Amino acid sequence: MSKINDRSRDLGDYIPGADDEMIICRCEEITKGEIRRAVHDGMFTLTEIRRYLRTSMGLCQGQTCGRLIKGIVAKELGISPLDLEPAMSRAPMRPIEMKVLANER
Amino acid sequence: MKRYDVIVVGAGPAGLSAAIEAAKRGLKVIVFDENVKPGGQLFKQIHKFFGSKEHKAKIRGFKIGEDLLNEAEAAGVEVVLNAAVVGLYLDKEVVVQLNGEVNHFKGDAIIVATGASENMITFDGWTLPGVIGAGAAQTMMNLHHIRPGKKVLMLGTGNVGLVVSYQLMQSGCEVVALVDAAPRIGGYGVHAAKVARCGVPYYLSHTIIKAHGSDYVTGVTIGQVDANWNIVPGSEKEFEVDTICLAVGLSPMSQLLKMAGCDMAENPAKGGYVPTCNSYGETSIPGLFVAGDVSGIEEASSAMIEGRIAGVAAAHRLGFIDALELEEKSQELERALLSLREGMFSPENKGKEVKKTEEGYLVSSNLLTKGYLTAEEVLTYPGVTQSSGIHPVIECSQNIPCNPCQDACVKKCITIGEKITSLPVVDETASCTGCGMCVAACSGQSIFLVNEDVEDGTTAVTIPYEFLPLPEKGTKGIALDRSGAEICQAEIVEIKNVRAFDRTSLLTMKVPLEMGMKARFFKCVQEV
Repeated sequence: MSKINDRSRDLGDYIPGADDEMIICRCEEITKGEIRRAVHDGMFTLTEIRRYLRTSMGLCQGQTCGRLIKGIVAKELGISPLDLEPAMSRAPMRPIEMKVLANER
Repeated sequence: MKRYDVIVVGAGPAGLSAAIEAAKRGLKVIVFDENVKPGGQLFKQIHKFFGSKEHKAKIRGFKIGEDLLNEAEAAGVEVVLNAAVVGLYLDKEVVVQLNGEVNHFKGDAIIVATGASENMITFDGWTLPGVIGAGAAQTMMNLHHIRPGKKVLMLGTGNVGLVVSYQLMQSGCEVVALVDAAPRIGGYGVHAAKVARCGVPYYLSHTIIKAHGSDYVTGVTIGQVDANWNIVPGSEKEFEVDTICLAVGLSPMSQLLKMAGCDMAENPAKGGYVPTCNSYGETSIPGLFVAGDVSGIEEASSAMIEGRIAGVAAAHRLGFIDALELEEKSQELERALLSLREGMFSPENKGKEVKKTEEGYLVSSNLLTKGYLTAEEVLTYPGVTQSSGIHPVIECSQNIPCNPCQDACVKKCITIGEKITSLPVVDETASCTGCGMCVAACSGQSIFLVNEDVEDGTTAVTIPYEFLPLPEKGTKGIALDRSGAEICQAEIVEIKNVRAFDRTSLLTMKVPLEMGMKARFFKCVQEV
């Protein structure tokens, strides 16, 4: 955890990658390059990445991309993916229409 | 807010099993599932299950699902479908999206059995239509009766990749190759062998480089990976396919537990982020239990037992049974669970190369890299004898938890013994009647009947066959060997299909004498 919270860490320069244009979060159409740049912008946790880019905020709620993003962020930070806590879990856990959400019994 | 003794999230094998055990002990149980149909992944499983006879071995997955549903209904379990649980809180409040409303329920105990989701990997073109999860392919074929594509490449040789490849062929797809970045096939050898004998090649230490196509998949390029996971230059191979199936593992869907505030941990052995729990599946929050893949990726047989343990433990937690009953029942279930976790594919052996069976037989490296045993290797296993007259040939070479074959033979030709992971031994002195029960009972389709004493100098080989349309008696075709190579002419002389075989047909083909220990599959030759 300390490694992640150390915001003064020097990650080095952002070096563009050949696959930066590859879409990782399909629901919100976020590319690998955007995720990598977000880390260099100072977003070190998956919750921060999520709020910054809207990754894992679409229809699948991170079911597909969550693990992929974890790998990309960990690599950029130079740590093991196992050291990165998954993003916050909050209700509603599944996509839900506003009219249903407002219809609370 | 409605109150229940137990609220179960997920009506799959674990959730239903948990609900049944709790309801049988007098608890008021409700099960929520977000899907239109209950049963979770079971209703997609058209193959016969492994395991012990006591725990549903040789029964097809969907039938196990039907049985569980009936058992749940009889026990008084309320199953609510189209009900997505969208929230779970520390005080066991469950929020459900139901009939266009958000409803609140309160459970004295909660059992979360939400299962797992499929992993994906990325490569150039991975978002093209036609790149799908193996589980998704199974849903399309086996639930919705839609063929996912015509020509398919499968990435992943774990049991999911192997089983789904076979089912793709059963649904009429051509599987062009099975690819895995690992140097060895990950799933059971018997599953690999039944795909290999249909002629599907394996590419181990290979991965996908690129999916071709602009609007949808039209092809795929794979390449060999070196020890550092870099592509070996010049090793690229191209296939024309319209579908790429990914069977690269599962992740526990444990978000509800994190939301509820359970202690969680990253556990690679369990496939991802899981709640820490005791042997009853109880998390750090008393009365909140987990069972099945959400607590660690395994398979449906162990999920059902874990579910039953959690159901019994919930009954004890709420005071419906005493500690003695909990101990007795859970120990019995625990033993069954342990037997499923033994053998070469046990959690402790994950990722390790096992070179010898528990009995000391050498494990075939051919089986692990090409998907089949060589003609010489086959002869070294205790299920293979060369007695005269009709006799079973059991090409079972790995310690996997499965024993239906020993009970299938009324003549007691086949012995596995107490430990269900032991290799089957064929008794040469017992007299085989050629009934074929063992052939149909083998979930791995690795038992054949061979009769080298047919008077006209030919050999009769009986094989399990699960493809449609069935050839007719007298159909002439080609016999294939274990690698799927065409080896000789063959003629179907008998087709057996009785109720006890449970839709596995037994084809008997006549081949030249010397091909008896080689011919293992039959390919019809189209009439011109």
